[in-house]
Amino acid sequence: MLRVTNLEKAYKGQGKTVRALDAATLQVAPGELVAVQGPSGCGKTTLLLVAAGLLKPDAGQVLVNAQDPYALAPDGRARFRAENMGFVFQQFHLVPYLSALDNILAPTLARPAPDAAERAAHLARHFGLAERQDHLPGELSTGERQRTALARALLHNPRLLLADEPTGNLDEASGKVVLSHLAEFAKAGGAVLLVTHDPRAAEYATRTLRMESGRIET
Amino acid sequence: MTVWRLISREIAYRKLNFALAVLAVAVAVGCLVGELALLAAHETRAEQLGENAEAAAQQRVQRLEDDYRVITVKLGYNLLILPRDQDLAELHLLGHTTKTMPEEYAQRLGSANVITVQHLLPTLQQKVEWPEKKTSILLMGTRGETPPAHRDPKKPIREAVPRGEMIVGRVLADSLHLAPGDTVALMGKTLKVREVRQPAGNEDDVTVWINLAEAQELLGQPGRISAILALSCFCAEATPEGIRREVTQILPETQIVELSPQAATRRAARARAAEYGAETVAAEEAARAAARSERHAFAAWVVPLVVVACIVWVGVLALLNVRERRDEIAILRALGTSARRIFSIFLARSFMAGLAGAAVGYAAGLALGQGWVRWESGGAQAAASSPLFDGSLLAAVLVLAPLLSAAAALVPALTAAQQDPAVILQQE
Repeated sequence: MLRVTNLEKAYKGQGKTVRALDAATLQVAPGELVAVQGPSGCGKTTLLLVAAGLLKPDAGQVLVNAQDPYALAPDGRARFRAENMGFVFQQFHLVPYLSALDNILAPTLARPAPDAAERAAHLARHFGLAERQDHLPGELSTGERQRTALARALLHNPRLLLADEPTGNLDEASGKVVLSHLAEFAKAGGAVLLVTHDPRAAEYATRTLRMESGRIET
Repeated sequence: MTVWRLISREIAYRKLNFALAVLAVAVAVGCLVGELALLAAHETRAEQLGENAEAAAQQRVQRLEDDYRVITVKLGYNLLILPRDQDLAELHLLGHTTKTMPEEYAQRLGSANVITVQHLLPTLQQKVEWPEKKTSILLMGTRGETPPAHRDPKKPIREAVPRGEMIVGRVLADSLHLAPGDTVALMGKTLKVREVRQPAGNEDDVTVWINLAEAQELLGQPGRISAILALSCFCAEATPEGIRREVTQILPETQIVELSPQAATRRAARARAAEYGAETVAAEEAARAAARSERHAFAAWVVPLVVVACIVWVGVLALLNVRERRDEIAILRALGTSARRIFSIFLARSFMAGLAGAAVGYAAGLALGQGWVRWESGGAQAAASSPLFDGSLLAAVLVLAPLLSAAAALVPALTAAQQDPAVILQQE
């Protein structure tokens, strides 16, 4: 589902160059939940953004479902993301003025679907948000927010789910709920790339990779 | 999720930013509509006042003309009836006539029932040498008035000079040391000075008036006169041409010269009254045009200034909105929303602010204009509200204001669309 090969990415600034990705290579097959762990600043988020088609690498190749997203024009790449990927972030990135249900429906802004409303309602129930679906993010607990973000990521049944420290702001119980949902998604045939330094992730991952100074150690 | 739902939710969430954008557009539109409404109201009012003033001025002029007519009506026309062969150039150069006509003409004119003549004075005049005094004089023979047959006799304007007497002009009397009561010889005839005239400042000052019959004898012109003075003539056709036509029908062997300055004065007075009226109306119109021009000039720079300021204001608010929504833009982009869609979201939001602002601004501007008109007219012009409403202006405002508002948000919307989501998402 996801194959990244020899990715290179460097950030230049103030006379210094920081290598965020150094020949990073990995692949995530359908049904896999691959956890990439490493210290802060090792390049985990960069890896995720490059894999998502949001940050073009200096070198190397990204293939999602056997297609290079960087070969597409920007709008085509956005459409490709909407059709194939889901995202979960540490900060949830919910739209503050939309209810939980509307946040779950946010991907339809890019890719309308006739059954989106029903599926959103189903996801809200599935993630225990049915009673809170009309509330704004500011009125939800952090766990509810992350579950809302997760439901949003799953609205279009993506093939690949990219999660960046999804448990970083959650308590233990909420973190477990989120990780179990990610594992559930993988078991259902989806591919999950999870970058985290949460040690609990290993319990739910099918594979755990270590990342250090932009390199992925297998 | 549709763009409109997203925008409406965002507007409901960030009410202040949107309200300020609506206010900005409303201020610009209100200013424009209010100004145009006021100009239109002023225009209408000025038009009414101008028409009233013009009508009043015309009434005043009409009254003035009537007054002049009444005041000068009794002046009449003074005519000098001369023999047709009298050379007028010679008359003016010499200051006296050189031709004569039958004295009977005076009776004929007096008997005619055509013109209204107050006084008819047949005269015989000639420039002669006063041999006894060795000086040149204008000798005028007069018999007094020939009373018009068809009118009641009036007090004569000039008395006849009795036989054996003379009236002497002031300059002549002074130079010859003549005084009333003196007896002098004139061309061999002894005459008593009856009167010395007051200074006239013309040829009268060197004239000697004697009885017409005696003058005819002295000058060897029996039964002849050289002119008839017809004083204070009034006729149906109260113009010199009309009188001239009537007199020449009665006395075809004559010519008529209008002497009276009063008639010219009357014409001049009436002409001046008409000029005064025209000047008053023109001044009124010029004052209105100047006031209109001042108002238009004021509106010509105030309104664009306010509009530009409001466009900048809308642009700044849109930019603040973009900055506030960086995270949201990043996640929407990550979820696959195209840059074009992001661009349209911000543009549409500004368009809606423009639409709302246009509606509010138009209503406010109209209310301002109506309020002003009502205040200016002391509440008397409540009915003036409907003429201020301009459907085409409303349509123009409802189209242009949203477009301008959207144009003001063009740069912020582009900034939003070009925002790199990776940069935002990396900042976690």
